[in-house]
Amino acid sequence: MAKPKVAFYWCASCGGCEESIIDLAENILKVIEAVEFVIFPVAMDFKMKDVEALHDREIAVSFINGGIRTEEQEHMAKLLRKKSGIVVAYGACAHLGGTPGLANFFNRDMIFDYVYRKAPSVENPHNITPKPRTAVKQGDLTLPKFYDTVFTLDQVIDVDYYLPGCAPPPDLIMKAIEAILSGNLPPKGSVLAPDKSLCHTCKRKPTKPEKAIIKEIRRVHEVLLDPDRCFLDQGIICMGPATRDGCGERCINANMPCRGCFGSTSRVEDQGAKFLSALASVIDANDENEIRKITASIVDPAGVFYFYSLPASMLRRRRNIANE
Amino acid sequence: MSKRITIDPITRLEGHGKIEIFLDDRGNVEKTYFQVPELRGFEVFSIGRPAEEMPRITPKICGVCPTTHHMCSTKALDDLYKVDPPATAKKLRELMYSAFMLEDHMLHFFFLGGPDFIAGPSAPPAERNILGVISKVGLDIAGKVIRLRRECRDVITHFGGRVIHPVCGLPGGISKPLKEEDRLRIVDVAKNGVEFAQFALKIFEDIVLKNKEYVDLILGDVYKHATYYMGLVDKNNKVNFYDGDIRVVTPEGKEFARFKPGEYLSHITERVEPWSYVKFPYLKNVGWKGFVDGIDSGVYRVAPLARLNVSDGMATPLAQAEFERMYATLGLKPVHNTLAFHWARLIEALYAAERMLELAQDGEITDPHVRNIPTATPEEGIGVVEAPRGTLFHHYKTDKNGIITEANLVVATVNNAAAICMSIEKAAKSLIREGKVSEGLLNMVEMAFRAYDPCFACATHILPGKTPLFINIYSKNGDMIKTVGKG
Repeated sequence: MAKPKVAFYWCASCGGCEESIIDLAENILKVIEAVEFVIFPVAMDFKMKDVEALHDREIAVSFINGGIRTEEQEHMAKLLRKKSGIVVAYGACAHLGGTPGLANFFNRDMIFDYVYRKAPSVENPHNITPKPRTAVKQGDLTLPKFYDTVFTLDQVIDVDYYLPGCAPPPDLIMKAIEAILSGNLPPKGSVLAPDKSLCHTCKRKPTKPEKAIIKEIRRVHEVLLDPDRCFLDQGIICMGPATRDGCGERCINANMPCRGCFGSTSRVEDQGAKFLSALASVIDANDENEIRKITASIVDPAGVFYFYSLPASMLRRRRNIANE
Repeated sequence: MSKRITIDPITRLEGHGKIEIFLDDRGNVEKTYFQVPELRGFEVFSIGRPAEEMPRITPKICGVCPTTHHMCSTKALDDLYKVDPPATAKKLRELMYSAFMLEDHMLHFFFLGGPDFIAGPSAPPAERNILGVISKVGLDIAGKVIRLRRECRDVITHFGGRVIHPVCGLPGGISKPLKEEDRLRIVDVAKNGVEFAQFALKIFEDIVLKNKEYVDLILGDVYKHATYYMGLVDKNNKVNFYDGDIRVVTPEGKEFARFKPGEYLSHITERVEPWSYVKFPYLKNVGWKGFVDGIDSGVYRVAPLARLNVSDGMATPLAQAEFERMYATLGLKPVHNTLAFHWARLIEALYAAERMLELAQDGEITDPHVRNIPTATPEEGIGVVEAPRGTLFHHYKTDKNGIITEANLVVATVNNAAAICMSIEKAAKSLIREGKVSEGLLNMVEMAFRAYDPCFACATHILPGKTPLFINIYSKNGDMIKTVGKG
C-alpha cells in the first residue's frame, strides 16, 4: 500500500514548529518510514507546480503552522486545503494567531512607518518602503502583499483539527500522528490535547487560591518567585486557569508563569475573558476604590491575557485603526 | 535571449527567501537579487507590552535560535533597569547559552552545511544530506549527533522550561538556581560535547582539508569577499558569545572600531530597499557604496568567521590551538574565504563545549543567589549577544512604569544580508556561463549562502532526497522555457 502523503507547511511562523519535528529526535525516523512528505520546505524540495498537479484531497493530511499575514500565505493555505483530506492547524500561531498576532493592535502602515522609517538605526532619506512590485533595470521584482491583520488559519480555510502549543510538545505530536495514521480520530474541530485546564495537573495546585485573597498584582521581575507556590497566590499573573492542559507545565517548571500558548478548553469562547473572570474571583476587594487600585496594578491586560490568542479572540484586532 | 532565474522558496529568514538571477543576452549573469518576502513587525507590536515580557515575546522571531533572542532581551532588561545580576546568574545564563551554541553549530555542520563537503559539492542531491553524511562517516556517528543535540537541548530546557522559546530570563538574573545533581549531569553532557566537537574537527580535517579539490574550493575566488568584520570580544580580545565589546576590523585586519553595546547607533546604519522586507545594515562611518566589498564599502560580515577574524584568539585551550591552526593553514588574517565559515563554526563549537564544561565545574555555579531585584526607574536598555548567525542587538525604551515605548532590533542574519547578496551574485557570475545551469552548479551557488548558516539555510539537507531550490528559466517575454529541478 502506498504511504499516506503528508504536507508540513509554514506561514507567518518562526520555524519553531519545524524544530519541534526535528526534536522528535529518534522518533522522526519512524515518521519518515510511515508517511511520504510531499511538502516540507524546512527539509526538502517541492515545487508549487507539483502541489497544483496533485488531485484534490490527494494529500492525506497537511500540517500548517503560522498565522496568515501575506497573500502568498493565504494562497498556499487555500491550495493545501483543496489538495488535502485533513488539515491540522499546527501550533499556537495557526491555532490562535500566536504572539505575532499581537500585531493586530497595530496595522500595516504603523509597522512600515516604524520599521522602515523611524527605527533609530534606519537611514532612509527617500522614504523607501518595500513594494509588492519594483521595477529594476532587468525586470520586475515582486514581494507578496503584507496584510493589515494577522489571521488564524481557520479564518482563511476550513480546519479539521488543532495541535496546540508554542511549539506543540513531542508527545502530543506523536499521538496526533498515530491517531491520523490509524484513522482513530475525534470529532472534526477537536483540539488534539486534554480538555481540562492547566491548573488541573499543575504541581502547584494545592496552593491555588480558592477564594478572594489577592490584594495586589505583582510583576515577575519585582519579586523573588517561590518555586513551589501557585503564581496567583503570589499575586503573579499566570494564565493557567484559562489555558488548556497538555504542555507538561513547561514554563512553570522553569519557575515562570503560564502565558497560555495552548489556548482555552472547549468550554471557553474567549481565553482572555475567561482569565479575567478567573482573576476576578480571587481578588479581595471591598469597595470600588480598592478594585480600581488592584486592577490598575495589572499592566497591559490585553497584551498579557491575549499573549497568544488575540486574532482568535472576540476582540480579534484594534478596530479604530483598521483600514482594509 | 535574456533569461531570468528564480530560486523560490529558499525558505526562512523570518520566514522565507527568494533569489532572482538575471542573465544577459549571452546567458551570463548580469545581476542577482536576494529577497526576503516576509515581515512580522515585532518592533511595533512590542510597544505597549511590559518590558519583562520581552524575553518571552522576542524569541518568537526565530524558533531556530530562540535562546539567542531570549538572552539578548534579558540582557537589554539588565541594562534597562541598571541591575547587575549575581555572578552565578550570569554564569548560568552563559552555561545555557554555550549549550545552545554547541548544539546549533553541530546541527549546521552535520545536517545543513557540512553535507556539501562530506558528501561532496557535486554529489547527487540524494546523497547531499544527512544520509549522505551517515554513509560516509557511519550510522553510529549520526546517532551521536542526534544524542548530543538532544542532551544539549535538555540542558536548555532545564533552565528555560522549554527549548523552543525559553522563559527563564529576568532583569537582574534567572528564574531558578542549579542543583548539584543537575550540575553533574551537565558536566557529563559538556565532556561529551568537547569530545564530539574535537571529533567533528577531525572529520573536517580528514574529509575536507586532506582533499585538494575542496581546499581549492575554499581558497578560490568564487567564494571570497574582502569585507569588514564584526563580533563580540572579551577584555583580552578573545571571542565571546555572551558579553563584551563589539569590535570591527577592516578588510586588512586592522581594528576599525571597538564599542560598547550602547553605542551601536554610532556605528551601524540600516538601508531600505523597495524589493525586500529585510533591511541592509552597513558601517555608518564608512558609508553605503552599494553591494560591493573592499575598504571603501561599509558592508561588513558577522557570524563564526567574522568573530574569529575580529579576535586575537579563543579563551579556551583546545579551541585556541584550532584557531592557530586555521590561520596558519589559510595564511592570512582576516580570512575572506566565505567557505571558511564552516571551519570557524567547528572551532567555535569546541569553544562552546569547553566553556560549558568550565562553567559547569565552576565553584559558584550552584549558588542559590541568582536574582537581584531591580530598583531603578527604567528608561532605556540595550542588549547584545552573539547569535550562531552573528551579532544581535535589542534596544528598548520604556516609560517610567517599564512599558515599552520603542523597540529596535538588529537581527543576526540581517547583518549579513548585503554580503549574502554579494556572495550569491559572485558565485552565480562565476559558475553560470552562457546559459548553462546544471543542478551541481546551482548547488554551488547555494553553497555561497549556506556558508553563512542564515536561518533559511535550515531549508536544506535534513531529510533524504531533495533540496528546496528549483529554478525556472524565463525568456525575455516571460515564457518559461526550462525548469531545472533539484531532486
